[in-house]
Amino acid sequence: MDRRVVITGLGVVAPNGVGVPAFTNAVKMGISGISHDRQLQDLQFSCQIAGKPEITENMKLSYFSELELRGFNSTGILYGVIAGLEAWADAKLPSNGPEPDWDTGILFGSGTSGVDKFRESIYKIDDLQTRRLGSNVVAQTMNSGISAYLGGKLGAGNQVTTNSSACVTGTESILMAFDRIRSGQAKRMLAGSTGESGPYIWAGFDAMRVCTFRHNDTPEKGSRPMSASASGFVPGSGAGAMVLEDLESAIQRDAPIYAEVLGGNVNSGGQRGEGTMTAPNSAAVQRCITEALKKAGVKGKDIDAINGHLTATSKDSLEIENWAEALDRREADFPYINSLKSMTGHCLSGAGSIECVASVLQLYDGFIFPNINCEDLHPEIASVINPSCVPSGLIIKNINLLAKASFGFGDVNACIIFKKYKN
Amino acid sequence: MMNKEQLIGKLKIIVKPYTNNPEAYENMDEGTGFIDDLRINSANLVDIILDIEETFDITIDNDDMERMLDVKAAIEIIEAKLAGK
Repeated sequence: MDRRVVITGLGVVAPNGVGVPAFTNAVKMGISGISHDRQLQDLQFSCQIAGKPEITENMKLSYFSELELRGFNSTGILYGVIAGLEAWADAKLPSNGPEPDWDTGILFGSGTSGVDKFRESIYKIDDLQTRRLGSNVVAQTMNSGISAYLGGKLGAGNQVTTNSSACVTGTESILMAFDRIRSGQAKRMLAGSTGESGPYIWAGFDAMRVCTFRHNDTPEKGSRPMSASASGFVPGSGAGAMVLEDLESAIQRDAPIYAEVLGGNVNSGGQRGEGTMTAPNSAAVQRCITEALKKAGVKGKDIDAINGHLTATSKDSLEIENWAEALDRREADFPYINSLKSMTGHCLSGAGSIECVASVLQLYDGFIFPNINCEDLHPEIASVINPSCVPSGLIIKNINLLAKASFGFGDVNACIIFKKYKN
Repeated sequence: MMNKEQLIGKLKIIVKPYTNNPEAYENMDEGTGFIDDLRINSANLVDIILDIEETFDITIDNDDMERMLDVKAAIEIIEAKLAGK
């Protein structure tokens, strides 16, 4: 029999809030985490604004040993470890037992690992200094670095791995962890993803001209999902994490329960039809959503809110049309929809998990967070759904079912259905 | 030239951050093993060697590196390198 899976802990490191309390407040208040980035300006990027979480030295010291911080240069592992350990502590779970915890696994995704560390190493290698690299290059630059760091800190003895699927990564990691618990292979999984900061991560997007270059002097106005004046995404970074747990285990240990994961789906458009390396195949997007509903055992009409992918590029209108088609709901019948990227920018491989944390908070606390910078809703969107479905202010309201989707390069999609937990 | 006690004193400062056994660290002497006694992660031995190279301004080759598993061997190698300078 399939096991029921609930969320018992949350952690987040986002440009507009580090830690769940700060993040919850920022999300409710519509506080932007986008700021001008001096380094991007010096390097003559077109887009010189970005979303970067603020991590203090003290915070580093409370999550890493002094030895771990020697020669440490990986923002992805930094963000992921902080978010992951916050979620673990939030779930009231112990750590540092003497034996591996065979029932606990880690599924923590990442697009890259330690790109700054890798760059530093490349300079040394080309300078014939390979023997002076030290012992920590591999752990910081292997893509699974983040799950390896977390696995060691928590003593996880079940599957410990890293997934990678561009901007779908975070939503996919939660679904993969869900599957592992539902099929009875693990009692709990720390799931999430991390996205690194800095010019060496963001340059490729800047070169593609997909980031906005119109808001270098008005950073907080830069990320404008669904807006008529949207002019490209703002690069972001950070990590989101959640503890997924077998419902029985959660009840047994009297754990806090934030929401239930009903199910979801991942698929790909195969880069066929209108789908390419960088553009989505709408048939696949719609199929991903309808299959997710089917697997979760719910109907499109029952969805109260959507947390979209919605990056602030020309593809936002197409995404709305795809949701409308998949749910078979239009105009005023459409659910509430919002995009966290208006406040955080696009956190790339970290995006899905940070946005899933924001989604779960909405169910748990009973609110719909505002879309900022969308006072001028795109007319193509307004022709499909009623503008009231795109709130520009905080709405306090209990919601029952939320659909969250992420779409990524490679024509890949993920959609997950969260439900308010009632015992 | 530094005497043995001074060398051990310097070595003690170098290995401190990598040590996982405070008791063995406190009593560190020539007979102390880096992995067996101080419970240093074997991957960190290369970091210790880099720190030694920097502290004493010497270069330790791969053969010497392989046998540098305890304080005694480390002192021998450092002394030899310093004498050859």
